Amino acid sequence: MSTTVDLPRRKLRLLPPPGQPAIDVAEHLARHGPLPYRGGHGLLIDDVQASGLTGRGGAAFPVHRKLTAVHRGHVAAGRPIVVANGAEGEPASAKDKSLLLLAPHLVLDGIQLAAEAVGADDAVLYVGIDKLNLSWLAGLITQRRAAGIDRVPVRLVAAPPRFIAGQESALASRISGKRALPAFTPPRVYQRGVDGRPTLVQNVETLAHLSLIGRYGPSWFRAVGTPDEPGTAICTLRQADGRVDLTEVPLGIPLTSLLDLSQCTAGGSGGSSPLGCTAVLVGGYHGAWLPAGTAAELTLSNADLRSHGASVGACVLAALPADRCGLRETARVARYLALESAGQCGPCRNGLPRIAAGFAELAMVPQGRPDPELIADVRRWAALVERRGACAHPDGTVRFVASALRTFGAEVGSHLRGHCTKPNQRPFLPVSAEPITEKDWW
Amino acid sequence: MSAKPAIRLLVNPIACCGHGVCAELLPELIALDEWGYPLVSDKPVPANLAKQARRTVTDCPALALLLTER
Repeated sequence: MSTTVDLPRRKLRLLPPPGQPAIDVAEHLARHGPLPYRGGHGLLIDDVQASGLTGRGGAAFPVHRKLTAVHRGHVAAGRPIVVANGAEGEPASAKDKSLLLLAPHLVLDGIQLAAEAVGADDAVLYVGIDKLNLSWLAGLITQRRAAGIDRVPVRLVAAPPRFIAGQESALASRISGKRALPAFTPPRVYQRGVDGRPTLVQNVETLAHLSLIGRYGPSWFRAVGTPDEPGTAICTLRQADGRVDLTEVPLGIPLTSLLDLSQCTAGGSGGSSPLGCTAVLVGGYHGAWLPAGTAAELTLSNADLRSHGASVGACVLAALPADRCGLRETARVARYLALESAGQCGPCRNGLPRIAAGFAELAMVPQGRPDPELIADVRRWAALVERRGACAHPDGTVRFVASALRTFGAEVGSHLRGHCTKPNQRPFLPVSAEPITEKDWW
Repeated sequence: MSAKPAIRLLVNPIACCGHGVCAELLPELIALDEWGYPLVSDKPVPANLAKQARRTVTDCPALALLLTER
């Protein structure tokens, strides 16, 4: 096949140019070309492997390995199903919602190509009902089906507004008609997922990348990013001045090109400038705090971040303003994460609330001088919940709070002496509404 | 002689209710945390404890304990 396609050279691949969302399907096809079906199962997988595409939902798992596993599972356990995961339970992240709003057809294209690659005969788009207008999305799906673009039918399933609703086994449970609660694995969802079928779960952004790899090929995909972590990623950036930016950037770029760390202090003691920051939260609420000075020397890559106990995750980055207390922010988010535990596993059900309460006591000076034993208690509880849950929620929560103890060591010392040096008590990091009843998990 | 695959204990944390029976029956490999939930050794079950481990698995009142070959 000759490559007569005019390869897009612009920096943004998934996100349309500002002010030009690609909502209309005809306009979308004019912009990106027709959907390049390969004409048989498994044929796209080599291109995906060559592209080096990894999952953009947070775990950065190689996409071709999931495709291969589900494609192979095909004969043994029934017809595979594809799920596009747009649950985005992380309150600090807005990239999946924004992608679905600005370029929904790239995601819907990716669903079709993935379905063909694994031999699926139907698919699900799983999105938070609190985030998007489902009837609008349903209209787009109907329109594509009527126009003969889509070969497999796509069903919309609403995800409950819970942090772990997008966890693979919780998602499979919800789409199978039960509540969105994690399950004990194995079997993994690629073996037995939705209704016991082999299930390919990919983040919506991952599928959008896949649709472009299908069109322009692996070399095009690799033209930006690093050899080990190629391509672009959509980032949600929470700047120290309160702005929230959404941007698509090549992996491997310096963090200083994303966040304004220019007036940030390396030592964590805080600057007087309102725009200064002391620390950066990398990878969201299952991610890690890094001192601003450390973050300023790193790039947006797991190669850099993992050696500092962080990871790219779902590309959420937040610069903590210099006038805010990192312990107070961590305490608020830790409480939120404890309330978001499904409460199914003993260590998580017992440990997370204790960790959160310990952090609250540590954070809430000058209401009282915290017990000096508190830090040892929090560390012991953290060690007790780690790797003992059915899902990754306890591990992610522990990673987050442990990084706070590392990064805000100076603040911990001040708080134990009974005072906090940060004047501004207004919450910075967003958390969503708490679950009140069992029904909130639907 | 061909080496037998290693047998390990595994707990299903969703099924586990923290009865604590396992730690009484197999203290060599299972301890309880401060909330009464089992801390299970991830080392292979030694041959001299294999029978006792199988018995512990069947006696778990929540059927939350498993033996796996891995």
